[in-house]
Amino acid sequence: MAICAKIDTYEQMYLIRAFEERIAELFSRGELFGTTHPCIGQEATAVGVVTTLEPTDVVTSTHRGHGHFLAWTGDVQGLMAEIMGRATGVCAGRGGSQHLYAENFYTNGITGGMGAVGTGMALAEKQRASGNIVCSFIGDGALAQGILHEAMNMASLWDAPILYALENNLYAMSTHVRDTLAGGIVPRAGALAIESATVESDDVFDVIAAAEQAVEYVRENSRPYLLELRTYRFCGHSINDERAYRTREEEDEWQRRDPLARLAGALAETERRAIEGRCRARIERAIAAARNAPVQDLGDIGKGLWKS
Amino acid sequence: MEKLTVGRAIAAGLRKKLADDPTVYLLGEDICDPYGGAFRITRGLSSEFPGRLINAPISEAGVVGVATGMALRGLRPVVEMMFGDFIALAADQLINHAAKFSWMYNGAVSVPLVVRAPMGGRRGYGPTHSQSLERMLLSTPGLRIVAPTPRHDAAALIGAAIDDSNPVVFIEGKLLYAAEQATVSEHYDIAHTHPPYPAAVLNNAAGEQPNVTVVTYGPMLPVVEEAMTAAFNEDEVACEILAPSEIGPLDTALIGESVARTGRLIVAEEGPRSWGWAAEVVARVVERWGDRLVARPVRVAGRDLPLPTARPLEDHVLPGVETVRGAVEKVMLQ
Repeated sequence: MAICAKIDTYEQMYLIRAFEERIAELFSRGELFGTTHPCIGQEATAVGVVTTLEPTDVVTSTHRGHGHFLAWTGDVQGLMAEIMGRATGVCAGRGGSQHLYAENFYTNGITGGMGAVGTGMALAEKQRASGNIVCSFIGDGALAQGILHEAMNMASLWDAPILYALENNLYAMSTHVRDTLAGGIVPRAGALAIESATVESDDVFDVIAAAEQAVEYVRENSRPYLLELRTYRFCGHSINDERAYRTREEEDEWQRRDPLARLAGALAETERRAIEGRCRARIERAIAAARNAPVQDLGDIGKGLWKS
Repeated sequence: MEKLTVGRAIAAGLRKKLADDPTVYLLGEDICDPYGGAFRITRGLSSEFPGRLINAPISEAGVVGVATGMALRGLRPVVEMMFGDFIALAADQLINHAAKFSWMYNGAVSVPLVVRAPMGGRRGYGPTHSQSLERMLLSTPGLRIVAPTPRHDAAALIGAAIDDSNPVVFIEGKLLYAAEQATVSEHYDIAHTHPPYPAAVLNNAAGEQPNVTVVTYGPMLPVVEEAMTAAFNEDEVACEILAPSEIGPLDTALIGESVARTGRLIVAEEGPRSWGWAAEVVARVVERWGDRLVARPVRVAGRDLPLPTARPLEDHVLPGVETVRGAVEKVMLQ
């Protein structure tokens, strides 16, 4: 891997890590309203998969979507303003953390639901012969939703060009995957005649290598693919989670394999510090801009409910 | 000449849109030939438009979700629910997905989705295949609920729903599939307002002042017409019947104007009495035009019970011609 690719990848991953940590601080200081689901620790799966997509492809994501959004758009200002509830946010403060939109990028807060929506999007791209594919990020928790099985069944029957990028972070909120999921993950795809693979390592370059193969398969064959990505969130499910359901030993073990720290070690100290400084400055500029931005004009609150 | 039923009219509307717009796709259980759908509405269309109709697995939630994704990316999908009752299975996709995207993304996207839902009883299908579940969706901002009657042009209505940039749930009274669609009547002058989703206005006062305003929709209209014709012939009660095709969101102005003239209001629906569409209509009229009422409004609706299968039991639960006649007496005696 060329050093420039490492620099670029580290910058994207660090941006997500620093963004999420700053969001947590803003929440603890009472500056933010509602809740949020950080992806600290899962930066490699977000950046690794998104890196392999074309800009005209389509991404759907979940309640835990900041990392995917930043990897796709790099729009720190739009995301920060959205979470801070400002008119300058990507959805003018209507959606907040869980409901984000950018060109070809859609998130929603219902577990598994976007797997079906993404499948339909893939069929539309196929109908237009656009050559685009859809990447739907899902989590291990979504496998317990019937609609995901329904959607994958239809994707296989109807040859939808969709990559289901399944981030298996071992926990659906507080409940370990062994308590919610019978059998294996990849065998579910096999039963539906969907190609699949598991990436055991969350080293970002292992993720990129596997995602490149998966994306190429989906695009060349117009077929669905399930890519299981083993990962771990170092933070709680949401900001209101003390992580009482798992041991500090388990967390420490995953922390030792932190994909961001691993990549940091491959960079020169001065280079790494420069990247981190740039990212933090972007985030601070976004916070300052959002603090100075208005909330959406209440006279506009109904706009977009009905399209003409 | 074969009579034009509401069912045939819907089929004709679907055929026209399939011919005119290559982005229109039909998805549903058993909709392709030779079956042509549980109520045979799509029969022939899969042969006429190869590749444009997709037989779906029994996955109502998944199919509505897939269709929502298709709609977000430029297609105009039409989903057929085999029975409207099954829309409960797709409720999350309608309420938390299709109805939300445009607004929650600050107007950046459109969801031109149609879900056709055969609703209503009187065919002996029992508790899970006879309900009028549109009430469950009427309170979700962002969903348009449209219901044809035999006094509407159902082909034009389904065409308007497909052209709509918003998600539309299209309520098809099962009993209306075989009913003749006619916009002229020997008993009523019929007018239409508010395109593309017109209200049908039926008046038998022959230029005089009608005595009562009756508001209804969908499969209750033929019941109301029969009752009001008898009330006119036997008791000289002249009425104005208003049957909006867009039942949600509801434009109440037409109803209010009529009530301001008649002073009396009956609202009739087939679903259970409690928490229904009629309750909302009455509330709106009372709030805004209450001082024009000369009698307390009366609701006609089903009993607050599940729908039984046996015919005499179902007849007992659903509002019929006699129920409407009773409401007329009640409102005229005041």
